Parts: sequence; C-alpha cells; structure tokens
Amino acid sequence: MGSGYCCVLFPTTLPCALGLSSVKKAVKSQRPVNLDLRTIKLPITAYTSILHRVSGVILFVGIALLLLALDTSLSSPEGFEEVRAYLGSPLAKLVSWALLSALLYHLVAGVRHLIMDSGHGETLEGGKLGSKIVIVVSAVLIVLAGVWIW
Amino acid sequence: MVTNVTNFSRSGLYDWMAQRVSAVVLAAYFLFLLGYLIANPGLEYSQWHALFSANWMRIFSLLALVALSVHAWVGMWTISTDYLTNMAIGKWATGVRFLFQAVCGIAMFTFFVWGVQILWGI
Repeated sequence: MGSGYCCVLFPTTLPCALGLSSVKKAVKSQRPVNLDLRTIKLPITAYTSILHRVSGVILFVGIALLLLALDTSLSSPEGFEEVRAYLGSPLAKLVSWALLSALLYHLVAGVRHLIMDSGHGETLEGGKLGSKIVIVVSAVLIVLAGVWIW
Repeated sequence: MVTNVTNFSRSGLYDWMAQRVSAVVLAAYFLFLLGYLIANPGLEYSQWHALFSANWMRIFSLLALVALSVHAWVGMWTISTDYLTNMAIGKWATGVRFLFQAVCGIAMFTFFVWGVQILWGI
C-alpha cells in the first residue's frame, strides 16, 4: 500500500493531490484485477479442474439412470433380463460408457485431490505434472472401460 | 467477508472434510461394484438379488447413498457459487443460484428416498 493510505486517511494532503495517478498504478500493480475466468487463458490444471466439475455434474444427472437400472434389475427376474437386454443396445452401451468415463475421470481426479491434500504435488510444476498424470491414467481407464463394454 | 448460509455445514473446513470422507466411501462402493460386475460376467438374477438382500450390502449401499447425498450437495453448491454469480449472469444471480440449489437439493433427496425404497423393497 505505502503512500496509498494518505488518500484514505488524509484526502486533502498535498502528496495525494499531486501523485494520485502514480498511487493508483502502484496499488493496481500489486492486486489481481481480473478474476473473470471467461477472459483468461486457461492452463492445463484449469482444464483438469473444470473436467472434474463437468464429470461431477454428469454423474449427478446420471444417478437417475443408475437408480432406474438398479430398481428394474432387482424388481424381478423379468426386470433383470429387461435391463440386460437393454444394456446390449448400442445407445445404452454408449450411455454406459459415457457415465463410466465420467466416473473414472472423477475418481482419478479425486484421488489426485487426496494426494495433494496430503501435501504432494502442490507446487506449480507439481500441479501441471499431476494434471497430465490424471489425463493419461483416466484416458487409459476409459479406453479399458470401452473394451469391457463392447 | 462473505457469509454463506446455504453450504452443507456452515463451515468451509467441515465441508472440505465431508467432501473427502464421502469421496472415499463412494470410491470404495464403486470399485467394489465394478469389481463384482467384472468378476461375474454371466451374472444371474438370483445372485444379483442375493447380493443386494444381504444385510452388509444394505448397510454398505445406504452408507454410499448418504455419502452420495453429502458429496453431491457440496459439489453442486460449490459449482453454483462459483459460476452463478452477479459477474457471470447479472443481477438476478442470487435468485437463480438459490433456485438451482433448491432443484439440486430436491433431486438429491428424491434420489435418496428412491434408493432406500430399492434397498428395502427387495
């Protein structure tokens, strides 16, 4: 802050009247002025973070489908076969894969959070490396999930 | 200072902890179910029904359902307070955010009751 205080405490003193612009500049240079995410170029860590949130929202909506499948499959032997037959259709396979992908990504990114909570990978470089590991590991798991489903 | 009355526990630190504890429960439940389905490719109704009828599985499932409710609320709340702001959507943000949170809360409560009905209806 430095001389900036003079404007607040003594707004009529001479240094303030004369050096207003330089004081403004000094204050601005030390403060984050733009927190609007839509106008900032995002680093890889931001993408993995946003994907964690997107996958979470997808899963929240997907709970309805999972409960429906569980409900029907447990209702009767006929319901069980109905779910099994439906899960064989291409659309259901695609939806299952999408939900499973969201879950796997969310899980891997969540495990990274726990690792970071324990104090590992919290530096700028560590964060970038962690993000890359999350992307690679979840991509491998998502491909494996696709192999399992088809 | 911004005061929040809509978050899970009135405390960011407790929310943070609840998010982690519920996450571990959900991870265990998901990995168990996934492992079970992978290990039993030719799964039959009787086996599936027996699994979910077992007391320990009911306890595990109810625990996961409670964890899911907490986890989803903290997550959706965090997203709503980060993106549904005055800067992003204008002066009605507080109303929109409250509405969004209400819809999430009602949806999650519905999921919870539905889940309990499934677990105790079999």
